[in-house]
Amino acid sequence: MKVIVCVKQVPDTKGGVQFNPDGTLNRAAMLTIMNPDDKAGLEAALRLKDQYGAEVTVITMGLPKAEDVLREAMAMGADKGILVTDRVLGGADTWATSTTLAGAIRNLEYDLIITGRQAIDGDTAQVGPQIAEHLGLPVISYAEEIKIDGDSVVVKRQYEDRYHMVKAKMPALITALSELNDPRYMTPGGIFDALDAEITTWGRANLVDVDDSNLGLKGSPTKIAKASDKVRKGSGEKVNLDAEESVAYLVGKLKDKHIV
Amino acid sequence: MGLEEYKGVYVFAQQVDNKLSGIAFELLGKAKDLAKDLDTDVTAVLLGKDVKSLADELAAYGADKVIVVDDPALETYRTEPYAHALASVINEYKPDIMLVGATAIGRDLGPTVSARVATGLTADCTQLDIGDFPMVAIPGQEQKHKQLLMTRPAFGGNTIATIACPDNRPQMATVRPGVMQKIDKIEGAKAQIIEFNPGFEENNRYVEILEVVKAVSDTVDIMDAKILVSGGRGVGSPENFKILEDLAEVLGGQVSCSRAVVDSGWKPKDLQVGQTGKTVRPNVYFAIGISGAIQHVAGMEESDLIIAINKDEDAPIFDVADYGVVGDLNKIVPALTAALKAELAKKD
Repeated sequence: MKVIVCVKQVPDTKGGVQFNPDGTLNRAAMLTIMNPDDKAGLEAALRLKDQYGAEVTVITMGLPKAEDVLREAMAMGADKGILVTDRVLGGADTWATSTTLAGAIRNLEYDLIITGRQAIDGDTAQVGPQIAEHLGLPVISYAEEIKIDGDSVVVKRQYEDRYHMVKAKMPALITALSELNDPRYMTPGGIFDALDAEITTWGRANLVDVDDSNLGLKGSPTKIAKASDKVRKGSGEKVNLDAEESVAYLVGKLKDKHIV
Repeated sequence: MGLEEYKGVYVFAQQVDNKLSGIAFELLGKAKDLAKDLDTDVTAVLLGKDVKSLADELAAYGADKVIVVDDPALETYRTEPYAHALASVINEYKPDIMLVGATAIGRDLGPTVSARVATGLTADCTQLDIGDFPMVAIPGQEQKHKQLLMTRPAFGGNTIATIACPDNRPQMATVRPGVMQKIDKIEGAKAQIIEFNPGFEENNRYVEILEVVKAVSDTVDIMDAKILVSGGRGVGSPENFKILEDLAEVLGGQVSCSRAVVDSGWKPKDLQVGQTGKTVRPNVYFAIGISGAIQHVAGMEESDLIIAINKDEDAPIFDVADYGVVGDLNKIVPALTAALKAELAKKD
């Protein structure tokens, strides 16, 4: 069994969000991490390795320094790491990212592709389903549990108020939720081996069946019209009234905002 | 590609168990605004089995036309038959704009369909406008008019981006639930109903649904709640959370809490908001008896509206609150619940 896991290196917006004095995000000061949903996807793949001896390949698209995230994955137990990096791939939106990753994956054999549901920098949840579409695979998003059943995969698929148990014939693509599992730590031996492990690096020339018009900034249908670091909102109104007046004040505000 | 062939504002009218989801009405409300700016009309796309009877409800909330794809394959949501249906509608009717709710269904359907019809998709939009792209004319670059400008938060809400899709159609967006306003119901409104069926043939992309399990309790994940009534140590005791639960019930919201409350064993961990708990973005967040440590604020500051009630007027929670009330929560919260109950009773 062969499993491909797509991972992304993202800024750590959770713990160490840093701000400039003017209230904007200080990106340079932020650490990078493996995207949490992707890490859960990797853990799911490593459990298939433990259970069925699956071969686990991690793939990422990014700047050369995204190699770090592949080494981390290998230190956790992944077998191979592939970095897709090329100047012409820069500025890609989700469409161009998914055509790139699909183009890279066409070089590989696989039974299962696992991606995270979404990355914490973009929060789009689009790249996984879009890769599946380009590769003609069944997609099951929002996976909370993954089991193998013969030549099929059975997934607990989360919705707002319910879940579905869904069965798909492999090859298939699954997008993983962080709730799927608690990812394992890197082992000291794993870290040691991962430092020396060979990382495969692919560029534009290695992508199969992808037209230039679908790559990078130029190949991105969505264009940024305006972007601004959100200036943190300051405090609003504060009142110090008796209880009755306080209630009237709050009811008035909730009515103004169409909450009631 | 003749972009000018693409006309009209379309909305994916999500239904589950043959009941329209709230997001369908919210999207229609926004679509009506956009259609007005574009001098066009609003079409709802309704997919399912035996769903035609829902068309009147869509008309009542602003749909001029309803395209119905009624087929047994569409009984329960699965990516493939739904993506096939929606992509076929897009290819047949060529909408200028296609809006989908950013729900657990829409965030699966949207990307699949956008990839199939080869257009861009902007996720989780919180604002939609019609305007120029580029927004300010740039010499040597064509400025396109009447474009859909889609605004969304990114980087965990730390940045705001406005995105256009100038060269592909339809312009597609998923829209965050609870942000757009539905219109007041128009009693007796009728829409033009168009029945369409592209045909459904099972292939490798069809999955099998083995089981559907609906949540037994009414506890919604606090990350999905539209209104959160959150309590801190200032609430005083686990028993006293009752007054927060009463307020949440009146507003159709959920109770959540700060870390101090979980550490004291008053509430379970899955209700904890903050850096070591969950990040929430409800429409309204009540911070009651919560001092507002930075770790807590990191988990809730993206809420659309923050209301703080605290007896300490120097509590840092007031620095992020839109409306802060200094006072005794034991007096204010029950009185607020009663007042809102009376207010809502008036409306019904």
